[in-house]
Amino acid sequence: MAKQIKMHLLVCCGTGCRASQSATLQKALERELKTNGLEDEAKVVTTGCFGFCEKGPIVKVHPDNTFYVEVKPEDAEEIVKEHVLKGRKVERLLYTDPKVKEHVPDSKHMGFYRKQIRIALRNCGLIDPENIDEYLARDGYQALGKVITEMTPESTIDVIKKSELRGRGGAGFPTGLKWEITRKSKSDQKYVVCNADEGDPGAFMDRSILEGDPHVVLEAMAICGYAIGADKGLIYIRAEYPLAIHRLKIAIEQAREYGLLGKNLFNSGFNFDIDLRYGAGAFVCGEETALIHSMEGERGEPTFKPPFPSVEGYLGKPTNVNNVETFANVPIIINKGADWFKTIGTEKSKGTKVFALAGKINNVGLIEIPMGTTLREVIFEIGGGIKDGKKFKAVQTGGPSGGCLTEKHLDLPIEYETLVAAGSMMGSGGMIVMDEDDCMVSVAKFFLDFTVEESCGKCSPCRIGNKRLYEMLDTITKGEGTMETLDKLKNLSKVIKDTSLCGLGQTAPNPVLSTINNFWDEYVEHVVDKKCKASVCKSLMRYVVIPENCVGCTVCARNCPVNCIKGERKQVHEIDQTACIKCGACYEKCKFNAIEIV
Amino acid sequence: MIKLIIDKKTVEVKPGTTILQAADSIGIHIPRLCYMNLSDFNIENKPGGCRVCVVEVEGRRNLAPACATECAEGMVVNTHSIRVLNARKTVMQLILSDHPFDCLVCAKSGNCELQELAQTMGIRDIPYQGEQSTYREDTSPSIIREVDKCIMCRRCEVMCNEVQTVGVLSAINRGFTSVVAPAFEMNLDHSECTFCGQCVNVCPTGALTEVDHTNQLINDLADSSKTVIVQTAPAVRAALGEAFGMKPGTLVTGKLVSALRELGFDYVFDTDFAADLTIMEEGAEVLDRLTKFLNGDKNVKLPILTSCCPAWVKFFEHQFPQLKDIPSTARSPQQMFGSIAKSYFAEKIGVDRKNLVVVSIMPCVAKKYECTREEFSVDGNPDVDYSVSTRELANLIKRANIDFIALPDGDFDNPFGESTGASVIFGTTGGVIEAAVRTTYELYTKKHLDKVDFKQLRGMEGIRSAKVDFNGLELNIGIAHGLGNARKLLEEVIEGKCAYHAIEIMACPGGCIGGGGQPYIHGDTSILKARQKAVYEEDVNKTLRKSHENPYIIRLYEEFLGKPLSEKSHNLLHTHYFDRKKEIIIE
Repeated sequence: MAKQIKMHLLVCCGTGCRASQSATLQKALERELKTNGLEDEAKVVTTGCFGFCEKGPIVKVHPDNTFYVEVKPEDAEEIVKEHVLKGRKVERLLYTDPKVKEHVPDSKHMGFYRKQIRIALRNCGLIDPENIDEYLARDGYQALGKVITEMTPESTIDVIKKSELRGRGGAGFPTGLKWEITRKSKSDQKYVVCNADEGDPGAFMDRSILEGDPHVVLEAMAICGYAIGADKGLIYIRAEYPLAIHRLKIAIEQAREYGLLGKNLFNSGFNFDIDLRYGAGAFVCGEETALIHSMEGERGEPTFKPPFPSVEGYLGKPTNVNNVETFANVPIIINKGADWFKTIGTEKSKGTKVFALAGKINNVGLIEIPMGTTLREVIFEIGGGIKDGKKFKAVQTGGPSGGCLTEKHLDLPIEYETLVAAGSMMGSGGMIVMDEDDCMVSVAKFFLDFTVEESCGKCSPCRIGNKRLYEMLDTITKGEGTMETLDKLKNLSKVIKDTSLCGLGQTAPNPVLSTINNFWDEYVEHVVDKKCKASVCKSLMRYVVIPENCVGCTVCARNCPVNCIKGERKQVHEIDQTACIKCGACYEKCKFNAIEIV
Repeated sequence: MIKLIIDKKTVEVKPGTTILQAADSIGIHIPRLCYMNLSDFNIENKPGGCRVCVVEVEGRRNLAPACATECAEGMVVNTHSIRVLNARKTVMQLILSDHPFDCLVCAKSGNCELQELAQTMGIRDIPYQGEQSTYREDTSPSIIREVDKCIMCRRCEVMCNEVQTVGVLSAINRGFTSVVAPAFEMNLDHSECTFCGQCVNVCPTGALTEVDHTNQLINDLADSSKTVIVQTAPAVRAALGEAFGMKPGTLVTGKLVSALRELGFDYVFDTDFAADLTIMEEGAEVLDRLTKFLNGDKNVKLPILTSCCPAWVKFFEHQFPQLKDIPSTARSPQQMFGSIAKSYFAEKIGVDRKNLVVVSIMPCVAKKYECTREEFSVDGNPDVDYSVSTRELANLIKRANIDFIALPDGDFDNPFGESTGASVIFGTTGGVIEAAVRTTYELYTKKHLDKVDFKQLRGMEGIRSAKVDFNGLELNIGIAHGLGNARKLLEEVIEGKCAYHAIEIMACPGGCIGGGGQPYIHGDTSILKARQKAVYEEDVNKTLRKSHENPYIIRLYEEFLGKPLSEKSHNLLHTHYFDRKKEIIIE
């Protein structure tokens, strides 16, 4: 008689961990289990993202929740021999709490996970995304069966409406209402489209869901199809997500095999199937009309709404477009009910939101938090605070279209409305933390550089205006700006917001306006004092030798790549400012603190 | 009906009306740039791209583009609040900040909608200076693309893709570097462009203009070793006056002749004469094919398609090469004129063809390309040296200090100055086929045709079909203008959905009166109707109205050609077509 599997070794095989050899690690673990004759007792499972990407590759042991971080293939032997065979945790691979400097025995006691509630990510890091049985074991496709066999399309929409689920792609439009409008649009053909064109720099919420739990999206799309009266689903996914595409293809095949996609689902006569459409990675194609044009083979640029896609979308037919994360919430709402969902979150924003935490923060990674969690909790508890003990300066939410929030916003609850009122937005979930070493003018310039590149070019304020914003920010960082530049910056930002055609243009100036509002002094400092306090703007800083400290060791001169430091041995050195490229090599190398930035 | 308030005025409009249209209806002119409405052809361009027409709608978060926003019950619109004026001005300043400042030497100056709007809006400075987008210039035989001047209004795209279905122009690249260009950024000359010039007609700036031949013409006129003769197309006389402030639809035939004479041409001839000649050849061809068809000849190809329009010819060579033996082999009037001028006439006046410069005045820019087609030259010497558009001629007249309005009426020179009413109507959609019917009727029935006006062939509908009674034989005639309509009609013919004996096709909406070289109409399609009316008026005023009655045509056949479809005719007046499907060159 075969022994029962008592232990699962969950190995993260998301894009991030795979880049750090997690696939090799997985094979090594399997080999070790075999070598030790343990393959009937323990099993290696490749899963999607655990979220704690900062410390990947991750191996989580089920059922005791032991959480190993930064695991290398050569650690496999020890994990198997110690943990699996002898039941002893490998201490050195456990996560160390940076505050108390102690090993944390399991994930439940990690600050990173303590405040998280995982709904959209509930299966990520738990199941093998390439095995439909594991999804089925987690109540997969139960919601689809329920709506098809027990509910009408109207009552399905009703549950979603009552749950007050809002679009997770950025704008927060009520999902149930969108479904209802599409249902009411009369047509012989309708479409369900999943927007997987995740484009915010550094954000990977949707990718992680698709890589870690592809079936949840397929199931939700089928539920949506049933509700709105569509038999065709399309996932618009960027071609740069090969792993997500690979897993989606497997999932679609498996679902078809199991009769969960295709014809006559649950013997109800309801047909639904899903195809993939690839995007070339244009940020603007996340805008639903642009996305639809791209799927149609046209240039990916937005068109004026109305008509809304719910009325006239893909190939002119009513089309319901929802984001990946929005869909990931649907099956569980059907299973557990709208009332359950509404217990999570705040008055106007229900449920949870997934964020990609990045920047100068200790715990870079993917988190899912209940709406209403404060920025402080996210940054200092889940995120583990600022890297290297530096001072927090700002946090950018909402990706390049969002705004920079500051110290004074830290206790704001994260909700759609509060973020907009504070001059930022929810967006699709990018969250970039900045510390005292960041120059806010340069940060605004960085985001504008992105929007200038990603503007589709259709409307003039976005096409030309954002370029001009970028150029003005550039002159400021070069010390060529004046107070008049700041006035022009403000006026132009407002006009671009007021006149642009789509969401991209209407939000592109947000980083400029929010940094002007929150860091006005820093802008003034750049244009009046010609100083960059954070020492980021090279044109506004000089490296100079402090004569009192210089011992004439010549290290700086020898390390200068442009040979612009002169001075005899044991004599005070001097930096030729006209030749200096401000690389900072001298500053780094000087052991006597004899070089300062002024 | 929907009731709304615009600038404190109440207005009632039909559902679906845009704010721009509603404002227009009560005399409120909201500035606009990318918007274009050629109402008589159901052509509208409202991408909402320029954002110049933004207005404030109460209760709306941001400003609304008036061209694309539909009116709603109870809407309160303000078209010139401080917020709107500031936004509009800033947007204009942005557009100007990415536009070359060479107005003083720009071909479009004075006709440029961007320039006019900047003046109307009182823009006196451009505070947002920065990098300007640049793109290489692209010159073809007919059209020059100076894409630096493109403001991404996308009107040319609508004309090229939706109206003409040629599909050469579309937006490429993204953001600040977006431009309108052929696929793979190939040159226009290497693309499937038909050179119809409809893109030039609607371009609000100098991004798309015609190749200018006026300087070459001035040099040739000044060269005493050359004999310079000119032919002028029918649609020119119905539009040239507009360039001098005359009412659209004013016929200026006599003044046109006088102006050309004052410019210094040695002979002033009429393309209308060649149009009569075209009817002689094409009519004979129709009759030949028709008779064979009626006698049960299975090899004969019907319908016969007209071949006067060079843009149409290039269109079917690219798009329907399988049909290349269906169109009439008759050359266009421009080329018939050139070939007769450089043979018969050159001989008559004793000038070597190399010293005879044949210039055409055309409502068209594709004619410039047609002159360059190799088959229309002898030993490298083109039959027509070059073609000048109506717009270029107007400019040349002004440059020559000629007071056009005050000119007396002049007469064309002979032998190529006499023409019939049939040739004049070549300038409008339906005209070529009507002219052909007048002649073939008499040739076929051997009876005198009393009523020469075939009203059933006239109109502005994009695709028309009509029946003509040839003394008991019912002839099915198809007519299409605009290449998109031509495509539709041809596809129907290919699918066997309709059977025609003859089809007339003109590439430009309205026919040559709406040609790519005519004075700009700036969206006012009533001007085309006025030109059309003028052409039919000229027809009625003619003593002779059937091509075969033109005495100089009769003499030309007697003295030189023999009879229609003779060997000499074949050599000089007929042509052949090419399969250009595989000719596209991608650099």
